[in-house]
Amino acid sequence: MAEIVLEHITKRFPDGSLAVNDFNLDIRDGEFVILVGPSGCGKSTTLNMIAGLEDITSGELLIAGQVVNSKSPKDRDIAMVFQSYALYPHMTVRDNMGFALKLAKTPKDVINQKVEEAARILDLTQYLDRKPANLSGGQRQRVAMGRAIVRDPAAFLMDEPLSNLDAKLRVQTRTEISRLQRRLGTTTVYVTHDQVEALTLGDRVVVMRSGLLQQVGSPKQLYDTPENLFVAGFIGSPAMNFLSGTIEDNKLRTSLGDFPLTDQLRRELSAANVERQVIVGVRPENFEDAALVGTDNRPHGITFKANIDVLESIGSDVFVYFTLGRDSGVNSAELEELAEDAGRGATGGGGDTIVARLDAATRIREGSEADLWVDGRALHVFDPASGRNLSLGNAEERAATSTAPATPAAPAPEEVAPEEAAPDTSTRTDNIT
Amino acid sequence: MAVITPQRRIGWLSANFVVIALALIPVLWLVSLSLKTPTAILDPSFIPSQWTWGNYSGILTSSQFLRPLLNSIGIGLISTIIAVGLASMAAYAIARLQFPGKGVLIGMALLIAMFPLIALVTPLFTIERALGLFNTWPGLIIPYIAFGLPLGIYILSAFFREIPWELEKAAKVDGATPFQAFIRVIAPLAAPGMVTTAILVFLACWNDFILAISFTSTIASRTAPAAMEYFSGGSVFTVPTGPISAAAVVITIPIIIFVLFFQRRIVAGLTSGAVKG
Repeated sequence: MAEIVLEHITKRFPDGSLAVNDFNLDIRDGEFVILVGPSGCGKSTTLNMIAGLEDITSGELLIAGQVVNSKSPKDRDIAMVFQSYALYPHMTVRDNMGFALKLAKTPKDVINQKVEEAARILDLTQYLDRKPANLSGGQRQRVAMGRAIVRDPAAFLMDEPLSNLDAKLRVQTRTEISRLQRRLGTTTVYVTHDQVEALTLGDRVVVMRSGLLQQVGSPKQLYDTPENLFVAGFIGSPAMNFLSGTIEDNKLRTSLGDFPLTDQLRRELSAANVERQVIVGVRPENFEDAALVGTDNRPHGITFKANIDVLESIGSDVFVYFTLGRDSGVNSAELEELAEDAGRGATGGGGDTIVARLDAATRIREGSEADLWVDGRALHVFDPASGRNLSLGNAEERAATSTAPATPAAPAPEEVAPEEAAPDTSTRTDNIT
Repeated sequence: MAVITPQRRIGWLSANFVVIALALIPVLWLVSLSLKTPTAILDPSFIPSQWTWGNYSGILTSSQFLRPLLNSIGIGLISTIIAVGLASMAAYAIARLQFPGKGVLIGMALLIAMFPLIALVTPLFTIERALGLFNTWPGLIIPYIAFGLPLGIYILSAFFREIPWELEKAAKVDGATPFQAFIRVIAPLAAPGMVTTAILVFLACWNDFILAISFTSTIASRTAPAAMEYFSGGSVFTVPTGPISAAAVVITIPIIIFVLFFQRRIVAGLTSGAVKG
């Protein structure tokens, strides 16, 4: 058990490219921290630096209060789960799990006892004498986990451990990992490019982009109060919709309609000295079928007409897709990067289409014109130049506190994730093969 | 895949038969010669009219052959072990590390492998005389290692490249020193490559004639192929065809055993299951 502190960590590769730039993070003992970002954002490099598999160009890395920059991986007391699992193919499951203990010259009976206990936790007892080649993907993944937990290390590092599993197994294993981490209480740093995984697993989530830390916070904080355009667009599925907007006559004018400026936004705009052009972000769930909005809510938003191109019903919700005729698309490097990461950079689709999540009771039909309501309180307004979220207020201050190493995300009451009320860990489901 | 018709099958069978016959007839002829009596050596029939084990008993009781056979085994094994050991370390460095001059190193290795051996015999002979290595085991072992290394480095670096790097990272995180990671994880996985290399290097040493005949003068270090050159017949005018054939058969047997024994390991894909299959 240990806390991990990254102070001004920078990684520059020999070819001069900057992979991680001045990264600061304070991971508390027992915390489950997720590093998330699109590919090439430096999250895996950061993890490898914590593991000692990559040199740190500058900055200090502390594990349990000790500077470990120059220590080799074996002296850092950390265990890692790799994306490919990296099981030793010439060893049995038992030898794979006991390898670290064997290297540490642990007595044989102790190794056996620990391996068998880990195997029991992970349901691997009957596979102990098999070779990795004779295991299924899910079993291999659990062996990789087992190899980490038998050592009882100061911290677990996990590099996209679920990305090689199929969708169903991934969800199951995700829950297993969450449960296991709570049960063991070991500090865990987990890297993923999947924001759903990040939001469901982490105590705190760190969003990275191009080697720079974008925002640190609880899943709810990231979702509700994204500090910039990138975080807003990255977190959430379906992603936040972005529209161009202008500030005119004390109003926020968008292709959806005009919104009155809140006092706070007005203050921010004058303080930040922003041009009249802004980018407006609306999450899909902040739309509603106008017919279903209660009279007490109606005044908080505006109603507009839209031609519904596509309607997808998933039972619990209805997703509708529509475009706004006028020039509503926005251009931003950050959004383009997100689009590219999502695989629609080349096709150019998705940019101008707006997604709305409506109540399942809606009677809107595909291809017809519908009255939609959008909640004016939930708008995010971004500065197109810096990408900063202007609707948050005190953005600088917030940015300063969330990245400063000394004050890791002040424990606000809403930070306690719902899973914290942990389900009984002793009754685990046994069907994750 | 096309359907295998009877015609196709017959075509393939006859093609295979031709290839195997071409390869085997000289060997069988050698066996036949080795079993003929000295007087029947010019008998053109394939099956000896008179069978004799005389050639074998002759060479296997003569120190002129037994001592060189021992030299061959000793020199071959020592050269192979050292060459594979060095080559695996060098290949590992080439496959895993980035260092200045890596390209030059690979080029040099290739250059040595390409160099015509015969051109090196005279200078090496002079060097060995000066260093007192002439007619000693090291006098053959050292050049054999030098010529075995490029081949070994080539084969093994290909094998090491195939091994997922994450395995090594995993070993390091599990607490292994780089050397332990190499010995316990990488080397066992590269074992098929090492065996392949070992067989090839051993074959090269075992079959070498040029260096063996040039750098030796007595049976103290002469290897079997060179020793056969010094066999004598019944008289000055008789060619000792029988004993030479018998000796050739004898030195072929270890190679056949060697290859048959390790064939499975060469083919086995040991790395399956390391990463997601």
